[in-house]
Amino acid sequence: MSAAADRPIVSVNDLRFSYLRGGAVVSALRGVSLDVQPGEAVGLVGESGSGKSTLARVLLGLAHPRLSRIEAGRVVIDGQDVTGFGPQQWRTLRGHPLAMMFQDPLTYLNPVMTVGRQIAESVRLHDGGVDAAARVRELLGLVRLPESVATSYAHELSGGMRQRALLAIALGCRPRLLVADEPTTALDVTTQAEIMALLADLRQRLGMAMLLISHDLGLVASACTRIYVMYAGRTIEWGSTDGVFKVAAHPYTAGLLQSARVVRDAAGRFPTIGGDVPNLSQPIEGCPFRPRCAFAFAPCVQMPEPVAVPGDREHAVRCWHFEERVRSGAEVTRAG
Amino acid sequence: MREAWARFAEQRAGVVGLAFIALLVVAGAAAPFVLSHDPAALSNDVMVSPSRVHWFGTDELGRDVFAGMSQGVQVSLTVGFAAALAASVLGILIGAVAGFFGGKVDLALMRFSEMFQVMPSFILAAVIVALAGPGLTRVVGVIAILAWPQVARVMRGEVLRVRQLEFVDAVRCLGIREEAILLREVIPNAIAPVLAVGTLIVGQAILLEAALSFLGLSSADLISWGRMLNSGQRLLFNAPWLSFFPGAAIFLTVLAFNLLGDAVGAALDPKGRRR
Amino acid sequence: MGRFLLARLAWTVPILFVILIVNFLIIHLAPGDPVQALVGDFPAPPGYLEQIRHDFGLDQPLWVQLLRYGQNLLQGHLGYSFANRQPVLELILARAGTTLVLMIPGLIAASVLGVVLALAAAPRAGSAFDSGITALSLFGYSVPIFWLGQLLIILFAVDLGWLPAQGMTSLRGSATGWAYVRDVAWHLVLPAFSITIFFVAVVARVARASIVGVLSEDFITTAMAKGLSRRTILWRHVLPNAMIPVVTVIGYSFGYSLTGAILVETVFAWPGLGSLFVASIGNRDYPVLQGILLLSAVMVVLANLATDLVYALLDPRVRRSYGVAHA
Repeated sequence: MSAAADRPIVSVNDLRFSYLRGGAVVSALRGVSLDVQPGEAVGLVGESGSGKSTLARVLLGLAHPRLSRIEAGRVVIDGQDVTGFGPQQWRTLRGHPLAMMFQDPLTYLNPVMTVGRQIAESVRLHDGGVDAAARVRELLGLVRLPESVATSYAHELSGGMRQRALLAIALGCRPRLLVADEPTTALDVTTQAEIMALLADLRQRLGMAMLLISHDLGLVASACTRIYVMYAGRTIEWGSTDGVFKVAAHPYTAGLLQSARVVRDAAGRFPTIGGDVPNLSQPIEGCPFRPRCAFAFAPCVQMPEPVAVPGDREHAVRCWHFEERVRSGAEVTRAG
Repeated sequence: MREAWARFAEQRAGVVGLAFIALLVVAGAAAPFVLSHDPAALSNDVMVSPSRVHWFGTDELGRDVFAGMSQGVQVSLTVGFAAALAASVLGILIGAVAGFFGGKVDLALMRFSEMFQVMPSFILAAVIVALAGPGLTRVVGVIAILAWPQVARVMRGEVLRVRQLEFVDAVRCLGIREEAILLREVIPNAIAPVLAVGTLIVGQAILLEAALSFLGLSSADLISWGRMLNSGQRLLFNAPWLSFFPGAAIFLTVLAFNLLGDAVGAALDPKGRRR
Repeated sequence: MGRFLLARLAWTVPILFVILIVNFLIIHLAPGDPVQALVGDFPAPPGYLEQIRHDFGLDQPLWVQLLRYGQNLLQGHLGYSFANRQPVLELILARAGTTLVLMIPGLIAASVLGVVLALAAAPRAGSAFDSGITALSLFGYSVPIFWLGQLLIILFAVDLGWLPAQGMTSLRGSATGWAYVRDVAWHLVLPAFSITIFFVAVVARVARASIVGVLSEDFITTAMAKGLSRRTILWRHVLPNAMIPVVTVIGYSFGYSLTGAILVETVFAWPGLGSLFVASIGNRDYPVLQGILLLSAVMVVLANLATDLVYALLDPRVRRSYGVAHA
């Protein structure tokens, strides 16, 4: 616990992970590296099928013990190597230091148990001697929910309220890192904004770190100081939010930014990235983005190694094309 | 449709069930022509235990058990299929109307169906037969009348699901009348799960008919498995084979229908829970 | 909750009415004179037939008869059994206890065991153990309960001679007190076992499917993410949610238990309501049959009511409105 403030709360190193589904082996994670320092807000961006939710589950040991396994790489939580952990060991680690918040609050709350009791469960588990009832009220206040919610059931609350309730459950564990998996996707835009504001406020007050997982670039941009971009089970670009947005070194990142702007091109079409995400139950040769990439060329049959973006120590990308451009001295601008 | 067949074929248990039932149908149809012993023939070999001549033994009147059982197939399968068919027709109609038109019609029909589920079908059937005399039609009728709500519920659920689908609105926009939409578009798409329930009802019907016969509430000239168990009961200590084989036949038949019904249900369930 | 209760109880009234009508009409199914049907096969003094006709208003229009029948019922007049020389109600009450001794332990054992087996099997879904339990419950559920009884007799009473084959007490028995209880208990084993095997299969099947379903629900992930132990999750999150359909099936089993009683008592010569029913068929003692039919229907209604109430207690979503409860 002594050097806790110096080391990352979570550190993932070239993680490869697969699971069995319907008889086929799906390699959901093919080389993911990320870390989250205490107190920071990190974003993880990717399309559905990129493996980002899988990563979240792996971080909390929620993957099915028999139907999945870590093929290679390491996951270190609070200095402890948890890569080989079994279900029993994971149990002691969940909630603290990592807690998780999920996408669809209605299905993630127990329908026959009052919300208050569900929050109290977290409290009793992680906050031993404390007066549970009082702490539940305190948590409800933190997430800006009225006390009456404690005796309500999930189906009696609105979407936004449910999400706050889930947040309260997570906070009851006194987490140092909150993994939020698409926390606002199921909500309307106004509620989205409220929840994000609440999260920002809580982070500041509690000094809590956050890993925000989303497909929504705008959301991540406004909430996080660093981001990772994931594609087909790999982290392909990462760095400070500003840096990555300014210099979207990877063609995929550039494509995402283009699509996010929702501005029609000359022909009146919305920008999209052509093609589909690759099938993760099949092996992939080289860079997974190759089939959809406008800049694919010979070296792309090999998976690129990370290369630093000149002028920004934190920013790195895995792209031969970018490497080529840097080498040839081209100006460091957005790809394409 | 084809994927449903493929999924069905994967369920080995269901295929076994289907095969067994097919075997029974063939046996029942072929029995009169193929058997070496006449099922109704009395003989001097009274209460003989299973032997090479009489595979399953004989009863107290010297009748061959195996032959009797082969004929008994006819009663069981006929009652089973007839009852399930009748219940299904009623259930499909009422369930579809309830699900499609919704609102007050739905509520009224569902309440109505609940009224048919207040009496245990066996006891009601037994009392009816006790009072009015035995008769297969009667039995089939009672089973069907008390079983249709099961089908109606399933049908209603499916119709509710299908009617939300967009294509129904699309067809409606073409100006087709509601009844036609119900008949031609909704019902064909909703009917599949009814097959699963219907199959299970066949099993229930067979059990019920057997139970009635076991109590002696069936026509004495009709050879049925339950009836054989009735004689078997009296001779339990002396001739256990009289009870064992016919009972086993009932068990295996009902089992086959239950396996089939489950397999059909699983094959048609698009979400398919992983086993 | 209060409104739900009221609505549910209110619904019971028309149901009871329907039962009344069916029960009333059924006697008219008998060929010939309904009076003869009511009296059965027994020679009755001529004046008596007229009196019956008058008492039951059989010379009156049908709806008056129905009213009379209803009135009689409410006063506890279920008719008279000539074969047993007792009013039907008295007869039924006298024999009910014997049937209860048989059914209650069997059903309770089946319910508890069914849930326990499902709890053991469901988390191991797909394993050999689970497949075994699934197969066993499928078998138990397909087996004719009377044949099962016969098999048990053949195996345990005839072949092995461990347990008595028939009856509730030994023929020679004039045992009293503790010895009597032991004697009955010994006789109870096989018939109760038949009942348990059948209902365990039904309960286990539904419970297992339900638990497997709940285990794959998202809120279980939330519970896991909190760091709760498997046992806590199973007991506090899975069970309350999974028990909902199981309660329905247990209620159904209790409601329809008279059917099982009839069959099992016949096989084991257990002197309860079931045997009475079968004997009355032979005696053409129609009032008794009517009475037992009525009883069975009332049991179903009560069981359904109880089930719905427990359902509402377990699932707060149901309390808001009384929809179609037996889904």
